[in-house]
Amino acid sequence: MIIKVEAMIREEKLEDVLDALAALDVHGMTCYQVMGCGTQRGFKEYAYVRGHQQVEIQMLPKIKIEVLVSSEEWEKKTIDAIQKAAYTGNIGDGKIFSYDVREAMRIRTKETGYDAIQPE
Amino acid sequence: MDSGNIGFVMICAALVFFMTPGLSCFYGGLVRRKNAVNTMFTSVVTIATGIVMWMLFGYSLSFGPDHGGVIGDFSWFGLEGVSLTEPYIEGQGIPNMVFCLFQMMFAVITPALITGSVAGRMKFKSLFTFLVLWSFVVYYPMAHMVWGDGGFLAKIGSVDFAGGNVVHISSGITALTLCILLGKRYDYKRANYKIHNTPMVALGAFILLFGWFGFNAGSALAADGLAAHAFVTTAVSSAAAMLSWMFCDVVVNKKPTFVGACTGMVAGLVGITPGAGFVPVWAALIIGLTTSPICFFMISWVKEKFGYDDALDAFGCHGVGGIWGGICTGLFCKVSINDIGQGNGLFFGDIHLFLAQLASIGITIVVAVAGTLICYGITRLVTGKIRVTEREERVGLDRSQHGESAYPSFNGLD
Repeated sequence: MIIKVEAMIREEKLEDVLDALAALDVHGMTCYQVMGCGTQRGFKEYAYVRGHQQVEIQMLPKIKIEVLVSSEEWEKKTIDAIQKAAYTGNIGDGKIFSYDVREAMRIRTKETGYDAIQPE
Repeated sequence: MDSGNIGFVMICAALVFFMTPGLSCFYGGLVRRKNAVNTMFTSVVTIATGIVMWMLFGYSLSFGPDHGGVIGDFSWFGLEGVSLTEPYIEGQGIPNMVFCLFQMMFAVITPALITGSVAGRMKFKSLFTFLVLWSFVVYYPMAHMVWGDGGFLAKIGSVDFAGGNVVHISSGITALTLCILLGKRYDYKRANYKIHNTPMVALGAFILLFGWFGFNAGSALAADGLAAHAFVTTAVSSAAAMLSWMFCDVVVNKKPTFVGACTGMVAGLVGITPGAGFVPVWAALIIGLTTSPICFFMISWVKEKFGYDDALDAFGCHGVGGIWGGICTGLFCKVSINDIGQGNGLFFGDIHLFLAQLASIGITIVVAVAGTLICYGITRLVTGKIRVTEREERVGLDRSQHGESAYPSFNGLD
């Protein structure tokens, strides 16, 4: 069983989340810088340029982290760790999703499944 | 008055002015992407404050009629009475107003140098207030003591051609004191402080070099042989320092770095500043070759050892380079080059100037540390907390202090 945990978090929380995952011994991951908004449709502030109020900011920069784990127990641990590390209590803290992954392969060794996502 | 002198010094004033935008590119490139606007802004905001203050009372306090060898007074308030025909000191080849303009640019860049050490964590309003106060408490008295008519550091026989004490040691020591008072950045030793734009660092460094020719050659205050001499020593020292920093890089890390070479070049410029018009050309080569390894050692080893977070090495470059340059001036000064020097350097068998240089460096350090403590205290009263909150620091000072972003459309982890 392979599960992918995806988290959209605040930019400034990246280091905290990385530390939390490292403390869990979860090391493999992929990070992206992404733009997006939640159900509030972005920020309620207006961009201020040369004395003008410009249009509402809708798409906000966030960071997306993807982690693959090998059981539901680890899925839960990972989600909990990310939630704790990325929490500020304000709107815009982000979301965490998880999915089943059909297959995995380590390119260098051709290992598949569980072995492909474990350290050698 | 000779129009050649006037034209030359005014062009040099413009060159010195251009160093401040150059510095903001140099500093701006060195920080993380999220702090680029704030860092560039704090190092050019002194153009606004420096010029307005200089016009109102700065020039008068720095160069007005002497009071105790320490400070001028308000008699030239608003630049009233600054002559367009008479020189500042009898015998200078330029009118008082031209001297005032040239000095104005020094008063602009000096506070800007300080901002490098506190990058990424000081509230903009606090830094702004601090820089305004600092001009009063440290810069104007220092400029008066070293260059003013009747200044006390000139009387004890110390020399400072283009601002080793006034500009570099004072700002460098202030930078060190301020960064210790302020504490480390939140992520110091935790996240990787990547240099976000190396080409901009290089652009800024070479604009600094370009402006520095005006800084040093213009300090001759005349279009004469001494100006040419200062120009040559400046070029030689910066080039030699660039080479010796590359050498340090290769010895320590096997690879020469571009940012290192630029930093070394700036250190070499700082090192030659106090002696540009006093030391022989061959001594400029020695000053350049030695300044970089000393700064390199201070930045790579001493900073690490003592753990102060001088973010962009304002102390490591300007403080250390300025002190070493002041000492070297005491070693290699030759009266045959410039008769303002009241004796030869230690190297030529005369110890008086060397001791005077050490004394003036010591006094500058004391004034800078004391002045920084005073300004820090007053700034705290005026603006409350001096540091940004942890959250503001992590979001970045661009967004938290200005609501702006240097690269809004750029996606890439920082």
